[in-house]
Amino acid sequence: MNWGSPAEFFAMGGYALYVWGSFGVCAVLMIMEPILVGKRQSSILRILRRERQAEILENP
Amino acid sequence: MSNRLISWFKYASPQSFYPLAGRMIPWFWALAAVFGAVGLWISFFVAPTDFQQGEGYRIIFIHVPAAWLSMFLYLIMATWAGLGLALNTRLSGMMAQAIAPTGALMAFLSLWTGALWGKPMWGAWWVWDARLTSALILFFLYIGFIALQAAIDDARRADKAGAILVLVGVVNVPIIYFSVKWWNTLHQGSTINLAKAPSMATTMLWGMLLMALAFWMYSIAVALTRVRAIILEREAHTEWVKALDEVKT
Repeated sequence: MNWGSPAEFFAMGGYALYVWGSFGVCAVLMIMEPILVGKRQSSILRILRRERQAEILENP
Repeated sequence: MSNRLISWFKYASPQSFYPLAGRMIPWFWALAAVFGAVGLWISFFVAPTDFQQGEGYRIIFIHVPAAWLSMFLYLIMATWAGLGLALNTRLSGMMAQAIAPTGALMAFLSLWTGALWGKPMWGAWWVWDARLTSALILFFLYIGFIALQAAIDDARRADKAGAILVLVGVVNVPIIYFSVKWWNTLHQGSTINLAKAPSMATTMLWGMLLMALAFWMYSIAVALTRVRAIILEREAHTEWVKALDEVKT
């Protein structure tokens, strides 16, 4: 184990800004990307469902 | 024609690839989570402090995987683009389009983490050295491909124009890879080399490889999710899409 205390862990031996700046941005982007892709999928599905409903209403 | 060849071509059609991708996605997410959890644990709690760079070196655990993936995804994207040009298959262009944003993300992350690593170790966020410059060009190639595809309304023509751009840009990948050898760069040489034993502690190496696998699985999961959306968008008015359970409910 490298760390004596949580504070030591977050300090990263004086490199906190650089290490957490890297891991933080990486985490944020890799959480955002799947959410955006999921939204794209659900939005096209919503359009397809609406079009299907419209077709059913037009040709009962 | 053998059965194997037939089943291979079967999955080259968007209609049969769509459900297949849907079944594979959860597995890739599970693998990404497992590799990521173990990789992060090794990165922070097992790998020792570096004797030269202290704790600052821990950026390597995302910098190298992101850089590898940015190059690797580009090659995969170029392969799909080339297949699309040669065989005129519909799925190829969709795959290339699905991979590009994830590749751009990886290229951005490699530049971002590189800047945050360069500042404390070299004293500069950025230098115009061969490795950094060629990696920046890779990022621009991804952005250029995405912009070009977005600018052309007809999807099939967009695929063709994009494929040519991607294939011309492939020349940049070996330039990035060998830049630290060909030119006298500030960027350090490769840590992992096929020709000789890795010049780093075993636990560091394992952490890096596991993180690379996690990034790899993540990229596949996201690209497959995106290709499913693209398939629906492009095939919206076909009978098979209208007959899908998720559309009917």
